[in-house]
Amino acid sequence: MWLNPANPQLDKKGQLHHLLTLEGLPADILWQILDTAKTFVSTRVKKVPLLRGKSVFNVFFEPSTRTRTTFEIAAKRLSADVINLNVSVSSQSKGESLLDTVDNLSAMHADMFVVRHGESGAPHFIARHVAPDIHVINAGDGRHSHPTQGLLDMYTIRHYKKDFSSLRVAIVGDVLHSRVARSQIHAFTTLGCPEIRVIGPKTLLPAHVEQLGVHVYHDMRQGLKDVDVVTMLRLQNERMQGALLPSAQEFYKYYGLTQDKLALAKPDAIVLHPGPMNRGVEIDSSVADGKQSVILPQVTFGIAIRMAVMSIMAGNK
Amino acid sequence: MKIHIKGGRLIDPRSGVDAKKDVYIAAGRIVSIGDAPSGYTANRVIDATGLVVCPGLVDLAARLREPGFEYLATLESEMEAAIAGGITSLACPPDTDPPLDEPGLVEMLKHRAQNLNQARVYPVGALTQSLKGERLTEMAELVDAGCVAFSQADAPFADSLIFYHALQYAATFGFPVWLRPQDPALARHGVAHDGPVATRCGLQGVPVCAETVALSTMLILARETGARVHFARISSAEGVELVRRAKRDGLPVTCDIAIHHAHLTEMDIGYFDSNCRLDPPLRSQRDRDALRAGLADGTVDAACSDHTPVDDDGKHLPFAEAEPGATGLELLLPLTLKWAEESGTGLSAALARITSQPARVLDVDAGHLTPGHAADVCIFDAERPWRVTPDSLKSQGKNTPYIGHEVKGKVRHTLVDGQIVYETR
Amino acid sequence: MPGNPLPDAEQLLKALIEQMRPTVGPETGLIGIHTGGVWVAERLHQALKLKTPAAALDVSYYRDDYEARGLRRDVKRSEIPFEVDGRDLILVDDVLHTGRTIRAALNELFDYGRPASVKLATLVDRGGRELPIAAQFVGARVDVDARQSIDLERGAGGRLAFVLSARET
Repeated sequence: MWLNPANPQLDKKGQLHHLLTLEGLPADILWQILDTAKTFVSTRVKKVPLLRGKSVFNVFFEPSTRTRTTFEIAAKRLSADVINLNVSVSSQSKGESLLDTVDNLSAMHADMFVVRHGESGAPHFIARHVAPDIHVINAGDGRHSHPTQGLLDMYTIRHYKKDFSSLRVAIVGDVLHSRVARSQIHAFTTLGCPEIRVIGPKTLLPAHVEQLGVHVYHDMRQGLKDVDVVTMLRLQNERMQGALLPSAQEFYKYYGLTQDKLALAKPDAIVLHPGPMNRGVEIDSSVADGKQSVILPQVTFGIAIRMAVMSIMAGNK
Repeated sequence: MKIHIKGGRLIDPRSGVDAKKDVYIAAGRIVSIGDAPSGYTANRVIDATGLVVCPGLVDLAARLREPGFEYLATLESEMEAAIAGGITSLACPPDTDPPLDEPGLVEMLKHRAQNLNQARVYPVGALTQSLKGERLTEMAELVDAGCVAFSQADAPFADSLIFYHALQYAATFGFPVWLRPQDPALARHGVAHDGPVATRCGLQGVPVCAETVALSTMLILARETGARVHFARISSAEGVELVRRAKRDGLPVTCDIAIHHAHLTEMDIGYFDSNCRLDPPLRSQRDRDALRAGLADGTVDAACSDHTPVDDDGKHLPFAEAEPGATGLELLLPLTLKWAEESGTGLSAALARITSQPARVLDVDAGHLTPGHAADVCIFDAERPWRVTPDSLKSQGKNTPYIGHEVKGKVRHTLVDGQIVYETR
Repeated sequence: MPGNPLPDAEQLLKALIEQMRPTVGPETGLIGIHTGGVWVAERLHQALKLKTPAAALDVSYYRDDYEARGLRRDVKRSEIPFEVDGRDLILVDDVLHTGRTIRAALNELFDYGRPASVKLATLVDRGGRELPIAAQFVGARVDVDARQSIDLERGAGGRLAFVLSARET
């Protein structure tokens, strides 16, 4: 591939400069983020002065209260100043180009942009065009990548399962449209997980997905056998409109996580969900609230992971 | 003006000549090849030592962006680019604004082009009014105004019955119909080849079947109606194979590929490089290799530039939002030479794909060097490397995956109607 | 001992224990600074038979060289298993040099609460202070060349020893 440029996420010393995707990040950077996050989880001191005087701009082209809030909390716990921009509402609708928006924001002396955008590759595009000392964190782009979610999922799994090298994991549902699924797959692969399964109907699995290094299952009961970790993906209503699925009910019957399906996995298997959940569609309430669910801890760990990412990146010159 | 092209390697694919022969031009025509006509005194001698002398290139698809898209490019800039690329005849698609569906528009375009005295422009007319795919255009009138063929560009038909009738009507007069094989529904919202790269990047894919489903339908209707069909911009291995089988079955179809697709694949998208956002998309390595094989064995009749200037506003966007297309007039020759060198195809056979073959598709008297005919000549240095930069391109379209890269093959002189319209050191 | 490049850490530890013995009480909070200070604090805690459990502080998030050098790779979690408010504390480190680490430790400590007093115990004081910081309990004053770094290592059986190396610029 003769047009391949250098990995845009790393600086000349191979340190993390932008966090755009987990694909192509060396394992030791992932471990560093997980280990650093550990120091932020349940400490009595909520706020450290690391990012004092720095400005973090949450630039969300796609609305999201929960992700934006966790990034805001994370930045504030590092003593950074946080500015929230709902660009979807203001400038874009006036026809301002993405590039102009980014240039305007850069002129406001931001140190870090946290970007969420509906188009895959938008954070890569933004990272290419910002001044060299500005860091870009991808908070989710189209169906491409949600690196901090992937990382917090890995943190959660390491917390309960300790060792990736013997895990059998399954990702269930709308993998085709899921940036979380892609990020998880890259992270699992880099961290040495030996068996990664994706489970879903053919209409919800991307072309050539096996080339990402996963085993494909269309039968959920088969796919969940002896699995240690189950990630349930959110099913959006649009999928029924686009002729990819007939109904939420049929999806629930064949691909929803119920107690009896979960029983096919290992008895100590854990259940993750990136949220927000569609109870009764992809996951049963009894499972979501059950003892194998780690969905709430995921949220706590999410703040620590984002603090870790920001503190590592802001210090790299 | 009497021009003597001296000492060059003459390659005329149509006649099979590939030898050191001089060319003698007078009154806009080639008067002799090889030996000087008696009493000939040249006004100008072009020293073509070490250079290749071939027919002026014939490009089947060049978007000149006029009328309607003058903010992207003008006739002036793009015609300059064409002759700088050694192109002396080009066909332009009907997707201008307004589309070329009225004889007046076509006449104006031809008139404007003729006044520039550069390359010859052969407009491809719209098959349906406003390209809406509903009502037929006055094809006979449009041909009178100068159209050489009809197409829908990339626009769909309202339904297959209208498509069928359009082909029937064109077949009545023997007018060629150029078709882009792409099923609009299967390709809906697609921005990249539906393969592992689109999966990794989270981009909506255009599956190969979008091309083959459309191609199959078009082949059947072509046979049914007897229309002369040319398929524009084949992009897949299966697509090439369908055309190969149709030709074997005796169907008089032709097809072309965009020269970029002979080299690049989905992998070149890299980190969402919107210069690689093309329509049809860059497909897999296997598809590319099949396109190259098709070009070599004649299944693919011609390579074209598919020249599509897009400005920064159109390209500096996230991949899926960027406008598809690449600039190509000045890259048609070097990229064809690159294919020839890499595939071991002889220079004459390679040049045929951009001279005599496309001229046959267009059914015009071009793409060959024959005494008594117009002197449209391209003289180039096959070995000379040059860097593709915004400054080195005359086209207003600077959008190409090759920007910043070096290519080999530089045009030194271009002649149209026996006049030197372009030359450089 | 001035001029002696490698003091015996185990000997200095003994000296420190005897210096501190008259001062510590059941409520005294011992806080070791990662990583060498934590080792020393553990040994002190054991030898002085302190009732209040030992604490460990990682000052990475309070350092003043974050801009220049970024975040350290192996940040550890700070653990203070007692109330800081109103308590007498002793910070413990292996080497006292510029005083910047202690400044960071004090800043971090005060985010936990308001101690009654804070003293400093260090195995080695190599001088070269850049801030007005002083240790109340010192194993030994040692001269080390400015281009060198002196670090504590923990070997087999928990044995502590100093090593010299070229200083990172």
